[in-house]
Amino acid sequence: MTQPARPRGFPLPSSLQVVPGTERAQAAYPYTVQFGAGDDDRFWFYNSMHFPEPMSAFDMVTAEAAYCALGASNTRVHSLPTTLGIDHRIINGRVYIGGNAVTDPAEIARRTEEFQKRAFYYYENWERLYAQWREKMMKLIQDAQALPKPELPEFEPLANVHAGRGVASNHYLLDTYQKTLEGYFRMWHHHFEFLLLGYGAYLTFFAFCKKAFPEITDQTIARMVAGMEAEIFRPDDELRRLARRAVELGVDAKFQQQVPANDIIKTLQQSGEPGRAWLEELEISRHPWFNINVGDGFYHYHRAWNDDLSMPFACLPEYIKRVKSGESLERPIERLRAERQELIEGYRELLNTEEDRAAYDQMITLAHRVFPYVEGHKFYCEHWYTNLFFNKIREFGALLAAHGFFPNAEDAFQLSHYELELAIVDLMTSWSNGSPPRGPAQWPNIVAERRAALALWAKHETPPALGPVPDVIDDPAIVMLWGITRENLDAWLSADAGGNSNEIKGFAASSGVVEGPARIVKSVEEISRLKQGDILVCQITNPTWAPIFQTIVAAVSDIGGSMSHAAIVAREYGLPAVVGTGNATSRIKDGQRIRVDGGRGIVTILQ
Amino acid sequence: MSSTEVIGWFADIGLQDRPHVGGKGGSLGELQRAGIAVPPGFVVKTGAFERFLQALERKAPVRSVVESLKDVDLAEATARCAQVRARVEAEELPPDVLDEISAAHAALCGGGEGAHIPVAVRSSATTEDAADASFAGLQDTYLWVTSLSQTLQKVRSCWASLYSVESVTYRRKRNLPEEGVAMAVVVQKMVDARTAGVMFTRSPLTGDRSVVTIEGSWGLGSAVVGGEVTPDRWVLGKITGDISVREISEKLIQHVPLPTGGTEDVAVADDLRRTPCMSDAELQGLRAIARKVERHYGHPQDIEWAVERQTNEILLLQSRPETVWSAKEATPVARPAADPLSHVMSIFGGKR
Repeated sequence: MTQPARPRGFPLPSSLQVVPGTERAQAAYPYTVQFGAGDDDRFWFYNSMHFPEPMSAFDMVTAEAAYCALGASNTRVHSLPTTLGIDHRIINGRVYIGGNAVTDPAEIARRTEEFQKRAFYYYENWERLYAQWREKMMKLIQDAQALPKPELPEFEPLANVHAGRGVASNHYLLDTYQKTLEGYFRMWHHHFEFLLLGYGAYLTFFAFCKKAFPEITDQTIARMVAGMEAEIFRPDDELRRLARRAVELGVDAKFQQQVPANDIIKTLQQSGEPGRAWLEELEISRHPWFNINVGDGFYHYHRAWNDDLSMPFACLPEYIKRVKSGESLERPIERLRAERQELIEGYRELLNTEEDRAAYDQMITLAHRVFPYVEGHKFYCEHWYTNLFFNKIREFGALLAAHGFFPNAEDAFQLSHYELELAIVDLMTSWSNGSPPRGPAQWPNIVAERRAALALWAKHETPPALGPVPDVIDDPAIVMLWGITRENLDAWLSADAGGNSNEIKGFAASSGVVEGPARIVKSVEEISRLKQGDILVCQITNPTWAPIFQTIVAAVSDIGGSMSHAAIVAREYGLPAVVGTGNATSRIKDGQRIRVDGGRGIVTILQ
Repeated sequence: MSSTEVIGWFADIGLQDRPHVGGKGGSLGELQRAGIAVPPGFVVKTGAFERFLQALERKAPVRSVVESLKDVDLAEATARCAQVRARVEAEELPPDVLDEISAAHAALCGGGEGAHIPVAVRSSATTEDAADASFAGLQDTYLWVTSLSQTLQKVRSCWASLYSVESVTYRRKRNLPEEGVAMAVVVQKMVDARTAGVMFTRSPLTGDRSVVTIEGSWGLGSAVVGGEVTPDRWVLGKITGDISVREISEKLIQHVPLPTGGTEDVAVADDLRRTPCMSDAELQGLRAIARKVERHYGHPQDIEWAVERQTNEILLLQSRPETVWSAKEATPVARPAADPLSHVMSIFGGKR
């Protein structure tokens, strides 16, 4: 029997071409993630939310580690009734993912029984297990910090010899590298330990609100659940604190726009006790709160504030100006808390029956219990730990570059983690034998070729989805983490057929309507281009961008959902924001006038 | 001035006075009591009607004539009703009733026949029967009435509307006794509206109680209520104040008062046609009023409002319970669970 032809659908994976000239770069991804037999029968979508840009060969490790841990949690640990893990494939540097739904009712029933023994235990013991999670996570961070810098002295240090260590320095290269990778894979298990359960409890409340109040906006529900003292606010809070201290110490005049951070630091070092006192305050803020990167932690080049102080320093002059004008930069926690309570009670009062109100109370209570994890984990996982990880790889890159494997330390990220281990073994062997390493003849051309491929892939349009369109999307993980629904897919399909080309749809993140010139900001270096009254259009906004929210009048991003950190921060600043548009940075041109309707999630190009 | 058997000032009356002040009058009094601004005014209570009718009956029977109109043909009924109405419209008011209404009018409008402060004269039916009330004639509203003599005439017209052939036929079909059929009349200061419209304290599309739907256009509200203009439309979060829908329409005409009384249609100036007729701050003002009124009544409301041209004050002209969605709601969206955790199965358990 043949399947009835579907009227509309996405291209099949087998019809996707590797961009000509990039075949060897494509082959750098291991066989496990290449599209192949059987993949045409399944539905895939491009994970533009987490991987909006082509992935370098090394950065692929994040997909590998994350899906390994996510799947383990869903499939084996908590036994989600209707879904197993998520498969991923990479083509032209783009990560496509596909859910693995459980549809057999008997199997769902069996898994439900397991789920209730496991997930319910987690919900019941949430606070204790979360406290334990923090300890585990801090231990993991400390372990990563304790890993030695990879070095190869010409002779084994005498102290090691006299101590009878019996293991030479080259071995510790491999040891450190493997521990670095091990820690990263382990971190992702911690990341997913609570995540789906947390989102699930939140979505339960979310779904209830949508039924009871069909026109309620996602952001309103998010505001009812969001915490007030989440870690994501801390980096920005620290900047405000530093601005206040600068004024109190009388060194505020040293902070000028357009002056490089290092020059300001030098001036402060030379300006006596107050300058040094401020720098001490800076150190307090930096550890750990500047361990926040300017992206979502998935690309090696999204550097942390700690590695590049230009972002935080660019924001200090404006904060200082506000402090001097007498403004209190303290976040009004009490007021925010009262507003949240008002929302919760206001909606509660509108429910039709006492039964509804009792169910509402149960659901929001659970959502509030689990949400600190959902909000808090990201700082520890995607930011702090990921920065340590990429920086350690950078150290290996520097060592290999010093031995001629490739021109720059950053080139290490053009090797997959398997290849990088091989290069390290190459270097170890060469160090032990006294022969030149083989790498310098092997890698420079490959690195150049892969960089060229990444540039080509970045310009290449990739379909939002592949394969047959499923009738229903009933996979809680996909719905929760990516917001993919049958309606989204239909919208994607009709967008292909050509819709209103001046309108870009995304998630309504923070309400308000504003018009202004669009400023496309693709990297942190471009932030200084933002002028008062501009609308920020970027790929991702995250907590590190918060300080620039004082300059702009609205924000638009390619990636993110209504519960994303960008959305939370925008709401706190009271700026209209539309997130998760998919392609605003490519469809809007720099300087174009646009209108952002943050309440409806629509961006309109006006000219 | 204090209220009497003939006159009820808004401040003194509420919904419980419906038998004497009618639905509209009771509602306006109730709103004022709840602290909501309404155009000031009074009700000519059913007591006044009864005294008037008694005087009329002494000259020739009215109620028995109307009661005898069962099973007569339509032409006959129409003719007899027209006679009754003509008598009601022409009859002088009993002196005590005349004095009280005149005094109340003077108190409202600042004195004498010379004061041309315009009022609206609106019938306010006492019947509980919504279908009856919706009959033509029972909803008579006279706008921009500019003198005492005109006001008195319009009061009589409102009373006379009780004897429209539609209304009488309806009562005869239902065998409703004429004894006790009475009409109150609202007299209130006219609002020279810069903008006016309606609002629902829920979504007419989904029944969602967490939003307020507002429609408005330039000028008097009659253009919006009568469907003569496509109004601007907004949807606001009732709790959040977020404005999720803004539809600014091309508003071609508006109703404005005529100096001689009554209203006329005029074209909206070009530059105002596509201009929102309400500012965001005013929309938030309406939202606050919507919440207050709904809280007061404990039930979603259907509200008519206006913004005074000179003062930009928002005034409510009417508020009635919303009926369409209210009839449907009964089943809870979710029920409390013995184990609160079991709610998550709605997400994790699959939809099949």
